[in-house]
Amino acid sequence: MSSPIVKLVAQRIALGILLLLAVSVLIFAGTQILPGDVAQAILGQSATPESLANLREQLGLNDPAFIRYFRWLGGVVTGDLGTAMSSGQDIATSIKGRLWNTLFLAFWAAVVAVPLAIILGLIAVRYRNGWVDKLISGLALASTSFPEFFIGYVLVYFFAVKYQIFPGISTVYDGMPFGERMLAIMLPAAALTLVVLAHMMRMTRAAILNVMQSAYVETAELKGLSAFAVIRRHAFPNAIAPIINVVMLNLAYLIVGVVVVEVIFVYPGMGQYLVDHVTKRDVPVVQAVGLIFAAVYISLNIIADIAAIVANPRLRHPK
Amino acid sequence: MADQRAKSVLLDIRNLRIEATVFPPGEAPKNIVLVHDVSLTLEKGKVLGLIGESGAGKSTIGLASMGYGRGGVRITGGEVVLNGRDILKGGKEGFRKLRGREVCYVAQSAAAAFNPAHRLMDQVVEATLLHGTATRAAAEKRAIALFKKLSLPNPESIGERFPHQVSGGQLQRVMTAMALCSEPDLIVFDEPTTALDVTTQIDVLAAIKDAIRDTHVAALYITHDLAVVAQVSDEIMVLRHGRLVEWGGTRQIIKEPRQEYTNALVSVHEIEHQEQKPGTNPFLSVKNITAAYGRSHIKVLKNVSVDIYPGQTLAVVGESGSGKSTLARAITGLLPPEQGTVTFDGRPLANRLADRPKEDLRQLQMIYQMADVAMNPRQTVGTIIGRPLEFYFGLRGRERDRRVAELLDKIEMGKGFIDRYPAELSGGQKQRVCIARSLAAKPKLIICDEVTSALDPLVAHGILKLLLELQKEENVAYLFITHDLATVKSIADSIAVMYRGEVVRYGAKSQVLAPPFDAYTDLLLSSVPEMEIGWLEKAIKGRRMASAGN
Repeated sequence: MSSPIVKLVAQRIALGILLLLAVSVLIFAGTQILPGDVAQAILGQSATPESLANLREQLGLNDPAFIRYFRWLGGVVTGDLGTAMSSGQDIATSIKGRLWNTLFLAFWAAVVAVPLAIILGLIAVRYRNGWVDKLISGLALASTSFPEFFIGYVLVYFFAVKYQIFPGISTVYDGMPFGERMLAIMLPAAALTLVVLAHMMRMTRAAILNVMQSAYVETAELKGLSAFAVIRRHAFPNAIAPIINVVMLNLAYLIVGVVVVEVIFVYPGMGQYLVDHVTKRDVPVVQAVGLIFAAVYISLNIIADIAAIVANPRLRHPK
Repeated sequence: MADQRAKSVLLDIRNLRIEATVFPPGEAPKNIVLVHDVSLTLEKGKVLGLIGESGAGKSTIGLASMGYGRGGVRITGGEVVLNGRDILKGGKEGFRKLRGREVCYVAQSAAAAFNPAHRLMDQVVEATLLHGTATRAAAEKRAIALFKKLSLPNPESIGERFPHQVSGGQLQRVMTAMALCSEPDLIVFDEPTTALDVTTQIDVLAAIKDAIRDTHVAALYITHDLAVVAQVSDEIMVLRHGRLVEWGGTRQIIKEPRQEYTNALVSVHEIEHQEQKPGTNPFLSVKNITAAYGRSHIKVLKNVSVDIYPGQTLAVVGESGSGKSTLARAITGLLPPEQGTVTFDGRPLANRLADRPKEDLRQLQMIYQMADVAMNPRQTVGTIIGRPLEFYFGLRGRERDRRVAELLDKIEMGKGFIDRYPAELSGGQKQRVCIARSLAAKPKLIICDEVTSALDPLVAHGILKLLLELQKEENVAYLFITHDLATVKSIADSIAVMYRGEVVRYGAKSQVLAPPFDAYTDLLLSSVPEMEIGWLEKAIKGRRMASAGN
C-alpha cells in the first residue's frame, strides 16, 4: 500500500477516536444535567438527607464532575462499564449477550437488504424512467414511508396471527439451535429490511445515474457492450464510494436504530435493554449503551470513509 | 468503372435526417432537425474529413454511422449502408454487434473517455474480447504492437497503468490503439486532437496518420480545424447548420473552394492591427513574482516579470500548465504571490484581493474562457452589466439603464437584449456581454483568459475585432492569455512566452516573432498547423533534423 492511503486512513482513524471522546463527554454531561442523581434514584422514596449524603460519599458522587468523568472513562477503557443500579448486575456482562443478539439480527437483515438494494438499484438504472424503474422506486418508497412499528405489526398480523408461519414474539436464548433462532428473527429481520431497503436502493440508483452521464460510459456503449454490462462494468465501479456511504449509514441504523423493532418483537437486544433501563432511570446503563451505539456509528462511518478512499484508483495507484 | 467504385464503397449514407427534442425553458418541448438530408460515401481505406462550426451536425453524423444518438437524438430518415447493409434496420442487437467491431470511435477528450476505475489494457482489448474476434493473449499482443506503432513510451507496460497515470497526449494515442485493436473497417475520429496542446497535437496527428495508412482502415475525421483536417484526409465535406455545403478533394476544398462559406472558413482572417511601441511608463509592472498553490513546493510561477503599457496588449502565450492563468491570478490578488510585487500607477498593489481598496478592484477586470459559467443564469443581461455600474459608480435607475444601453451598443448588440437571460444568447453573444460587464467598470486593464478558445473561428474573429476597437475607443490595456499563436499574432503589441512557470521570451511582438528563436518558441511556432497539404510531414521532418542536430 502506498503512502497517501496510509496517511489518509490514519487520519480518519485518529479523527474517529477524537470524535468518540467528544461523544463520551456529551453523554456524561447529558446524564449529569438530568434532575436527581444516582443516589436519589437508588434510595427512591425512602431517602433521608443522611442516607443520601452517606450513599453519595460511598459512590464518590461528591467529587468534581471531571474526576467522575475520568473515573467512568477509565472503567470503560478497561472494559468495566459499571453496575446497573436497578439490578445490581455488571453492565458489561449483561450487554455482551444482548449486543451479540442485536448484531445477529442486524447481520441477517443486512445480508438480505444490502445486495437486494444494490441489485434493485442496478435494475432501476437499466430500465430508467420505464415502468420497472417506477415500480421499484414506488414500492421502495412506500415501504420506507410506513413507520417501522406499523410494518412490524402488519407482518405480525399476517405471518404470525393469520397464517401462523413465523413466531410473532422473537424470543431467543443462549444455546438455541441455529435454525430455530433464524425462524425467530424472521419477522424482525424482514421489518428492518423493508425499512432500510429504499434508502440504499434510491441512493444506488442516483449514484449510478450520475456516473451514466460520463464520457466513458458513452465509450463503453460505443464498444457494443450491452446496457447491463455498461452499468455493471463501467458505471458501478465509479459509483462505489457514495454507495458504500449510504450502505454504512444503514448498517449503523440496523444496529443503533432497532429500538422500536426490538420492542415490538420482544427481541432481547440492545434496543430493548436501553428502553427498559431508560424507564427505570438507570443512568449507568443508559450511558454505557449510548457509548456503544456511538462507537458503532462512528466506526461504521470510518469504514465507509476508508472504503471510499481505497476505492479511488487515483489514491490506490498514485502517479 | 462505376461498378468498381461500388465494390470498394464502405459507408454509404443516403439522405440522412436526424432530429432531436429540445426543452427550451418555459416553453413546450419542440422538435428540431439537426441534420437535413445529408448523403456521403466513403471508400475502403479512405479518410473523409467532416468540417464545420459547432452545431454543424458533424459529430451527429459521425455517431449516426454507429447508429448512436446522444441524449434525445434520433435518426428519423435515410439509410446508413455499411458493408452493403443498412445498419438502421438492424435494431439494438444489430448496433451492438457493429459497434466496437466494424466501427470504432475516438473521442475528443480521451482523459474523460477512459474509465478511471480500470487499467488501460483492459479497456483497450475490451471490445475485441466482447466480440470474440481474438483471444485475450492475441488481443493484448495486438494492443502492444499498436502502442509501438503509435510511438507510446514503454509499450509493453503502459497497458498496466490507469488513465490518470498517463498524459493527455498519450491517452489520445491509447484511445486510437483501442479503436484499432478490434481491426474495424471504419473509425470515427471526433476532434481527437482539439483538447491537446499544439506541440502535443502534431505528434498525435502524425501517429494517427501513420496508423491509418498502415492498417488501411477508413476514417471519418471530424474537426473544426481545417488546417488539421487538410493533413489527414483524402476528401473534405463542409457542413453548416446540419446541411451539406461543399464536398470535394482536400486540395480542391482548401485551394479552390466553390462555396462562399467554405471560402470564409479557408481564408486567413487578417486583423488590421498596427503594433504599438512600448512607451516609457508602464502603468502595471509585475516584478519577480514567484507563486505556488497551497503549501506546495512546486512553484507555478518562477521569477516572472512583465510590464503593461496604457492602451496596449500584452499577450501571454504558453501551453497548459505553463502558469499563464496563474499569472492572472497573482496580478488580480486571487493567489497572493510568495515573492515579488505588482505595481500599479507607481505604487505597489496589496498582495491579497481582500486587502485591495474598491478603486484598485475597479481598475483590473477579467473576462473568462467560459462565458456561460461566468454569468449568473438567473439574471438578465441588464442586471449583469448593471451590477458593476451600481457597485463602482453608484448609478441607479434611469441613469444606470442609459449606461447599460450604451454598453450594449458598444458590443454591437443593442438594448433589445436588456431583458434576455444568458441561456437565450449564443456563445459569441455571451462573451460580448462579459466584455460589456468588464468595460462597465471603466478599468485600465482587462485580463482576457482564453476568451476566444471556446468559440468557433468566425465568431472568435468577431470578438477579437471588437476587443481591438474597444481598445482604441476606451484606451484600455489587455493582458491576453492564450495558447493560440494565430490570435497572438493578430492582436498583440508585446508578447511573453511562458514555459513551465517561466517567461522564456519577452518583448515587442515583432522581436518575439522574429528569428533567432530559442528552442521552445521555435517548437511552439513550428507546431501550429498550416493550411497546406504535406505540412505535417515537413514539420515532423524539420523536428527530427533539429533533434538530430542537438
